[in-house]
Amino acid sequence: MKTMPKTNFLAGASMLATLLAAGPLHAETTLSVVTYGGAFENAVQEAYLKPYAKATGTEFSLEAYDGGLAKLAAMVQANNTSWDLIDLESNDAVAGCDEGLLMPLDESILGDTSDFIPGSIGDCAVASMIWSTVFAYDKEALATGPTLISDFFDTDKFPGKRGLRKSPKGTLEWALLADGVSKDKVYDVLATKKGLDRAFRQLDAIKQDIIWWESGAQAPQLLADGAVVMTQAYNGRIHDSVKNDGSAFVTVWDGQIYDYEWWGVPAGAPNAEEAFEFIAYASRADVTSQLSRYISYAPPRKNALPLIEKDILEDLPTADANFKNAVQIDVDFWVDNFDVINKRFQVWLAR
Amino acid sequence: MNETIPTPEGGLAAPDALNDAERLQAYRRVKRQESRKALLLAAPLLLFLLITFIAPIGTLLLRSVQNPEVPLALPEATKLLQHWDEAAMPDADIYAAMAQDLVQASKQGKLGRVARRMNFYNPAMRSLLLKTARKLKRDSRDDLQAALLASDSRWGDKEIWRVLKRAGQSPTPDYLLNAVDSYVDKTGSVASLPPEESVYLAAFSRTIWISTSVTLLCLLLAYPVAWLLANLPARQGRKLMLLVIIPFWTSLLVRTTAWYVLLQPNGVINSLLSGLGLVSQPIPLVFNRTGVLIGMTHIMLPFMILAIYSVMKGISPVYLRAAQSLGAKPLTAFIRVYVPQTLAGVGAGCFLVFVLSLGYYITPALLGGAGDEMISQLISIQTNQQLNWGLAGALSAYLVIFTAIFYFIFNRLVGIDRLRFG
Amino acid sequence: MKSHYWSRLERWSARWVRVHTAVVLFFLIAPILIIIPLSFNTSTYFSYPMDGVSLRWYQAALFDDQWQRALLNSLGIGFASTLLATILGTLAALGLTRPGFPLRGLIMPLLISPMIIPIVVVAAGFYYIFAPFGLVDSYLGVILAHTVLGTPFVVITVCAGLQSFDHSLTRAASGLGATPWVCFRRVTLPLITPSVATGAIFAFATSFDEVIVVLFIGGAEQRTVPRQMWSGIRDQIDPSILAVATLLILFVLALYGCASWLSNRHRNEMP
Repeated sequence: MKTMPKTNFLAGASMLATLLAAGPLHAETTLSVVTYGGAFENAVQEAYLKPYAKATGTEFSLEAYDGGLAKLAAMVQANNTSWDLIDLESNDAVAGCDEGLLMPLDESILGDTSDFIPGSIGDCAVASMIWSTVFAYDKEALATGPTLISDFFDTDKFPGKRGLRKSPKGTLEWALLADGVSKDKVYDVLATKKGLDRAFRQLDAIKQDIIWWESGAQAPQLLADGAVVMTQAYNGRIHDSVKNDGSAFVTVWDGQIYDYEWWGVPAGAPNAEEAFEFIAYASRADVTSQLSRYISYAPPRKNALPLIEKDILEDLPTADANFKNAVQIDVDFWVDNFDVINKRFQVWLAR
Repeated sequence: MNETIPTPEGGLAAPDALNDAERLQAYRRVKRQESRKALLLAAPLLLFLLITFIAPIGTLLLRSVQNPEVPLALPEATKLLQHWDEAAMPDADIYAAMAQDLVQASKQGKLGRVARRMNFYNPAMRSLLLKTARKLKRDSRDDLQAALLASDSRWGDKEIWRVLKRAGQSPTPDYLLNAVDSYVDKTGSVASLPPEESVYLAAFSRTIWISTSVTLLCLLLAYPVAWLLANLPARQGRKLMLLVIIPFWTSLLVRTTAWYVLLQPNGVINSLLSGLGLVSQPIPLVFNRTGVLIGMTHIMLPFMILAIYSVMKGISPVYLRAAQSLGAKPLTAFIRVYVPQTLAGVGAGCFLVFVLSLGYYITPALLGGAGDEMISQLISIQTNQQLNWGLAGALSAYLVIFTAIFYFIFNRLVGIDRLRFG
Repeated sequence: MKSHYWSRLERWSARWVRVHTAVVLFFLIAPILIIIPLSFNTSTYFSYPMDGVSLRWYQAALFDDQWQRALLNSLGIGFASTLLATILGTLAALGLTRPGFPLRGLIMPLLISPMIIPIVVVAAGFYYIFAPFGLVDSYLGVILAHTVLGTPFVVITVCAGLQSFDHSLTRAASGLGATPWVCFRRVTLPLITPSVATGAIFAFATSFDEVIVVLFIGGAEQRTVPRQMWSGIRDQIDPSILAVATLLILFVLALYGCASWLSNRHRNEMP
């Protein structure tokens, strides 16, 4: 107890010192990289940035953002882009390209692209990884857990609360899958008024049992707190919780909805050339295979897979056993229809 | 006018040495000078607010009626469409102009913004426009009408053209209509969205409902507290007042965090209740309306107490005693004599709480659930996520007008000069 | 009989008012007091009984780069916007309280309106108009917006201070030959300093507690303490947020102490 004031004082003093010692800016090229932050940022740093910095001397300044194109649009509009490289969600990568907020990508910088998974190279962006929306349960709380997506909607078989992301994206696809729609037909059905009604009807059945979450970190938290018996989650978050916190969470891959994450260069980026060089580097099979060591997201090219250790491979969304009933998110469908469907979703939520 | 008045020569003249007209003129000049000096002192702030406050809000509100995207990116087609009567299909010239404009806009990187704009009219428009532009760029035929029709059969649909024509009109009522869940339909009359898509009217009424509830809750809780604090001996009153002042000064985020921690399913209150054996399942206190009302009432309550207190403090007990000694029953005397004297404070408190609640964002966002979104949150979503700035402007316009009406009424009834802090 | 009945009602209501007040005051203060001990908890849970006492969450918060930067940002933005708001607001109040001020009934509500208009609207408007000038994601943008929000407080408190101001003093000073500037510096300013300082403290507290503007027009560089708390609550809440909250409570209490000391020195409206 006696040391307490001292630690306190030391804490204060060292903080003051840090505050005063605002470092000078570096003179050489510093790539400004903007990501969603958190575990993915750490993985990017370990897998790509550190080795690249060592090899080329390039410095990186990392920034976190909350997604969305608003800030980027403001910067581009002001001719004042300060970002060089952004980590983008699919819909932002598509809309950002359409709206001239991203620089067009010259595919040739990637070299031989024949082993890229189809759809992983866009007009302005290249996929950085594959991530997936899955659901998970705690084995300590539920000895015989759910195995199918229909179990998520079956409150008789598995009573208790379910965690779901407060978004129609993914949620409606699941509702249809659980209602027996085959994975290839999900978006065709969802595009019709009847299909949309059907999805909402399916959700109605479990509405009372849903706890909605909004940020990715909340999902494992809900499960750990015992607030839900199973929850929708990003596969990386669950894996992270098992690996680092020693939790007994089990991922259910049935009905997983996978999507790409993208690298893009903003229009007017001060170091665009270097940014594209970095993208080319980070997309190399031998480099991109490194990412999965730090976070359980899969590389977007086939040649990278053999370079990954078997036990890591098993936990990736693209592993054969996990991929059987996987749906790829239809970005175009959501860019077109998000506004209208989300309105309906919000009304449904509030009812 | 018995004062001496400075003459233009600078000397002092005796009042009767000037005739009335000259005196009046001199008086007015001095007055004008004084006015100008006074105004000059306020000028920097006025100018500052004009640039950083009035202009931004004005621009935002203007956005709600502007429709710049389509005319800017598709200039020729927009111009021609305005003369189209919507009876027959558009003629070949319009088709040609549209085809040329689409290719041009796509090359200049302007099409994406048009596509986003058009998608707010019809969720199929975005992909239609982008797909058409891509196909047209590869199409080398000279008959542009045929090329356009070949790219997608929907170009033969009159509805597509009608919507494009509407989107080319500025000023437009469309955003203001959308913000109350309405739109202009095919026949040109205003129609309402189906109930399952009506988000905004519900959000407006929810916002008003929450604000009213918070105001009433605060009034109910505050009035007796203010009365007791105002009537306690000064020292004691000041001490207890600290319990109002400390929360008042404590950061909004801190207080919201505190409630978040308290109300969680496994938080302080629920673990206390289950520890006492009162509940077996945690009761849902947060991420629902209960959480919003508790949090907002806690944050607004000090405003109400302080507003009522400051008026009660100035009320002399003589009136109440006089009423009672004249035979009024205590309760009657209280209601008929005391309460009316406190109405100014009640008005100021209610106004402040209600108006501040209307624009609330942080507390409902953190403590509210799926069905508790207030208008401010929707404005934020439209600005930052949907990039639908026209709609954000329209929602803001309603919110600002509503706030301004209450502000005006308050200023008339109570007077803005009565607002005091702390 | 009747009077007996009424006095009983009276006694009963007096007791009821006391109980009611006690409950309401408890409701006001309890949440703030309850989280303070929890910030010293050893475990990550937000409930009592506590597992033990430690300073780990304080350490976690104080040594965290993001919190440090947030604190630095909050202080910097707070001071800059307070300085601007105080100068502009005091000048305006001096003008407003002069007898000949034109259109006072129109201008006064206008100057106060930043306090009334929903901040989301101010922030969104700011975003649209200043994006083309590169003021989004910049310190200057946040400082200017916070200045807007702070000025009404300065105007109101300084106007209130000037209402009790004896204008014959300045007239006497200028009658004795003082220039307007000397008159202001030597006579007016010393007398209104307490209310100017009170207004400044309010302006600072406003900036220091503001999130919405920062959410709209601040980037990762401009994260302030409330902004950091916002994402803390939304993403992953851990007790270090309570440590920061506790420090903020102490800080703001100190600010209040300053304000009330000032107002005691200068008879003011501060309760």
